[in-house]
Amino acid sequence: MINIFEVNETNEMIEQENLDVRTITLGINLLDCADEDLSVTNDKIYRKITTVAKNLVKVGREIERDFGIPIVNKRISITPISLVGAACCKTPEDYVTIAKTLDRAAHEVGVNFIGGYSAIVSKGMTKSDELLIRSIPQALASTELICSSVNVGSTKTGINMDAVRLMGEIVKETAEATKERDSLGCAKLVVLCNAPDDNPFMAGAFHGVSEDDAIINVGVSGPGVVKHVLEQVRGESFEVLCETIKKTAFKITRVGQLVAQEASKRLGIPFGIIDLSLAPTPAIGDSVADILQEIGLERAGAPGTTAALALLNDQVKKGGVMASSYVGGLSGAFIPVSEDQGMIDSVLAGALTIEKLEAMTCVCSVGLDMIAVPGDTKPSTISGIIADEAAIGMVNQKTTAVRIIPVIGKGVGETVEFGGLLGYAPIMPVNSFDCSAFVGRAGRIPAPIHSFKN
Amino acid sequence: MNKTIITVVGRDTVGIIAKVCTYLAENEINILDISQTIVQEYFNMMMIVDMHNAKKPFAEITDDLDKLGEEIGVKIKCQHEEIFTKMHRI
Repeated sequence: MINIFEVNETNEMIEQENLDVRTITLGINLLDCADEDLSVTNDKIYRKITTVAKNLVKVGREIERDFGIPIVNKRISITPISLVGAACCKTPEDYVTIAKTLDRAAHEVGVNFIGGYSAIVSKGMTKSDELLIRSIPQALASTELICSSVNVGSTKTGINMDAVRLMGEIVKETAEATKERDSLGCAKLVVLCNAPDDNPFMAGAFHGVSEDDAIINVGVSGPGVVKHVLEQVRGESFEVLCETIKKTAFKITRVGQLVAQEASKRLGIPFGIIDLSLAPTPAIGDSVADILQEIGLERAGAPGTTAALALLNDQVKKGGVMASSYVGGLSGAFIPVSEDQGMIDSVLAGALTIEKLEAMTCVCSVGLDMIAVPGDTKPSTISGIIADEAAIGMVNQKTTAVRIIPVIGKGVGETVEFGGLLGYAPIMPVNSFDCSAFVGRAGRIPAPIHSFKN
Repeated sequence: MNKTIITVVGRDTVGIIAKVCTYLAENEINILDISQTIVQEYFNMMMIVDMHNAKKPFAEITDDLDKLGEEIGVKIKCQHEEIFTKMHRI
């Protein structure tokens, strides 16, 4: 039988170390909502979401109460809208009407984000993909709860540089369209390479075409718990360090697995995957950077950071896979800047640069995340940054992403406040040398060779 | 069997166990196991109970215990057992 020490350990994790389930994300297939008539499509989308997700928030709250574990977010991911709207959307404005419908449906069911205003253009871009991408700035400016993502490359197909070039412009236009709110729109727009179909985390969540009609995916969290246990093994060998992280990751993931199974049972919707990511929040003590410091770095960004992060990421996966029947999504440590107080402190101390962050993305999920840059950064420079990240993902067969915010009207040394889970960020300098002749070339970067690995 | 873990944490005072147990008895909740320690004057108790025949739904019992905890000056938490067994047992 369970004993008092085990009970206290679990409750201390929850009460003092910010252990929570970060999100229950309900994936919904919208392909059956496609119609040639735009208003019919909109009606069907609204009806399907508000029917399938009707009880999501209620059930989430019941699980929180029954097990005493906070579930921070209840969210929805949907089929990439470029596919759903392909038959009826003739202009970007047509797609914006769907965005508004999604926003209305999300408000109705009480979720805090809906992801999947997306296009998958890793090899080529259809007319409807392009229309959706061109509608993103207006869609994000005129809605509140929509998250948008564009997959521009994969290990199998290479990188669609026409899409990369376009996304540099779209990120900038989104920043302009939401400049009254510190370019907040860009915090809800992510450009991916090797995007997974079952990711429960925003802004990159969408319900891939390989998925069931509806599915429950769960994202766990717990950087604070890992940090706390590592305090007990200061100065110990790598073996002890790794064992400690693995055991903790196991415990954290088991909670996620329990919540996923309960949600699946109570909603009558099959369970998909657990995403094993260590996702930080701006709350003090809930930071991946703090774990890196506890491992032995003065600041995140110091020499050794990439190695420490690689170790952390791998142990989290090793502990987590044993705790869950199905693991998927992004599964790794997130290193967003604005959502992690330790990262913010490292940037302010001058320890962490965009270039070091880029190196860190080679060994963990997911990429350059929630990074604020000067508002006068050129679209071609943003495309160059996207291309670099996509290349890392393509060559290393992993998911990478760029969620970068050119804050219109602000420059290096200033800060930007997004609020809530999105946090705040110091504006970081960007390498000012030009890459427009490179990103200006038409076509795509071929897929890499899968042999002769060096 | 519907096993639930009740934890009571707070400053030690006379009659904490009595008051909690009275409430449980009134609501047909059977106590299977109790352990209790005092850590730096703080009262720390864990009960494993069976709510199979409980007179009220779980939500109401947690609310009642919340209120009872406020009256006594302790924090009472009520959680399904699985969160602990899943985490601590392979």
